[in-house]
Amino acid sequence: MRRLLLLVPFVATLIVPIYNREQPALWGFPFFYWYLFLWLLLLPPLLWFIDRGRKP
Amino acid sequence: MSGAVHWTAWAVFAFFFASVTVIGFIASRWKAGDLNQLHEWGLGGRRFGTIVTWFLLGGDLYTAYTVIAVPALVYAVGAFGFFALPYTIIAFPIFFALMPRLWNVCHRHGYITVADFAEGRYGNRWLALAVALTGVLATMPYIALQLVGMQVVFEAMGFGSMTQGAEIALIAAFIVLALYTYTSGLRAPALIAFVKDTMIYIFVIAVVIVIPMQLGGYGAVFAAAKEAFAAKGGATGIILQPGQAMGFASLALGSAMALMLYPHASTGVLAADSPKTIRRNAMLLPAYSVMLGLIALMGYMAIAAHVQAKGNAIVPALVMQSFPEWFAGFCFAAIALGALVPAAIMSIGAANLVTRNIWRPYINGNMSPKQESTVAKVTSLVVKFGALAFVVFLPLEYAINLQLLGGIWMLQVFPAIVFGLYTRWFRANALLAGWALGMSLGTTLSWMQGMKPMFPIPGLGTVYIGVTALIANIILAALFTAIANGLGMDRSKDSTAAPDYADA
Repeated sequence: MRRLLLLVPFVATLIVPIYNREQPALWGFPFFYWYLFLWLLLLPPLLWFIDRGRKP
Repeated sequence: MSGAVHWTAWAVFAFFFASVTVIGFIASRWKAGDLNQLHEWGLGGRRFGTIVTWFLLGGDLYTAYTVIAVPALVYAVGAFGFFALPYTIIAFPIFFALMPRLWNVCHRHGYITVADFAEGRYGNRWLALAVALTGVLATMPYIALQLVGMQVVFEAMGFGSMTQGAEIALIAAFIVLALYTYTSGLRAPALIAFVKDTMIYIFVIAVVIVIPMQLGGYGAVFAAAKEAFAAKGGATGIILQPGQAMGFASLALGSAMALMLYPHASTGVLAADSPKTIRRNAMLLPAYSVMLGLIALMGYMAIAAHVQAKGNAIVPALVMQSFPEWFAGFCFAAIALGALVPAAIMSIGAANLVTRNIWRPYINGNMSPKQESTVAKVTSLVVKFGALAFVVFLPLEYAINLQLLGGIWMLQVFPAIVFGLYTRWFRANALLAGWALGMSLGTTLSWMQGMKPMFPIPGLGTVYIGVTALIANIILAALFTAIANGLGMDRSKDSTAAPDYADA
């Protein structure tokens, strides 16, 4: 079941209208950019969490 | 290009280049094995742990061409150039799910290439040949583009001013690469990747801190870019235009799906020592993507810094303009090494395919291990020199267009390999028909668009041709499978069993 979480990054980044905007900006970066960087940082913990759910 | 040769930059560059050459030759002694065995030469003996694999795959996937071309694209078209970010965000979940299964089945059956797997899974030599040929065809222009990345760096150091200077430097670099790849196989780029990746991280960290400081902060960089794009008329910008969303998403998706199918990616994966190493790398490789995102920002920095250069030359120009010459030499060395590592791995991946899936079935089926590894070594030489000739004698545009087409082609083996890792429902001949349709449709659509990779679909907008061709491919394969099932036709042999894909 946890493996369904693998789909989350697809939904988050392929549905472009969700993040195709400039505001709110962070540290001078428009939303479009820091949203994508944020997802890169969320990937490792997400994959780690899914990996922990594997049958040993 | 500037008139003078930048000797300081060149000296620093030469120091790193020479060091790495030495490393390439001594690599044959590292994790020692009989390099006359193909799996030792071509897969490093399958002994690479988490850290080595991280450096190898990072060096493999984040290439000189990436460092040169992504910022150049962003400079030209803005937000669309950042498709590389969602692309890698999706690629790692795919990698995490698929690659351990591929590793398991290949390890258990002694498969060295993805086409070996296709042959074992489907028992159909034509399908295996199709997979192998597609991999080789898609890789060749990619190697050529790495050389372009190196050439751009040589020109920035001033060799463009000497007649054929950049070409001579390129040929020299390449000969050296060819020699140590021949002797050490995959161990050479694996070891060199440590140096190269470390240098690239240093380069990128310096770029993202120092250059925006020179330009007044990131807010100012984005503002300058926004103004520049608005002045060009509004088709580009720092966020996407509404009509670009479909193209952006489909290009990201198609690229992510194809990535693991490329010989250089699967070679890096199959050289790992366990499926756990692969999963851990799925979690750790995203660090390189962060670096890729930061590299892409150089496109906007170049706009804000009013760099006097165009196209592929903007990154070297930005570096030369923003840093002291010795550091520029360091950065250029990083980029050049960023060409050598993937060029080596790509040529080894292609050589593995040619040896196992073209030479062995069709030319000499009874090769001894030594003969096999010799065929591979020679093939990797031929492949490299073919790419070099391509770059030296043909216009750059050809290599770029072929590489784009190669991406469309590579995606067409997705059904056979990826579905095959989970199910045997699809029939071999149906997959072959689907592949053929995908290849011809993809090539035709691209040709109709002047070799560009996007095609407008009524109602959806512009869509990446690779994805369009893949959908047609899957539909045909499913259709033919269903028909053959209905007719009760025989199935070809599957040499694998379900438990082969799971971890031990």
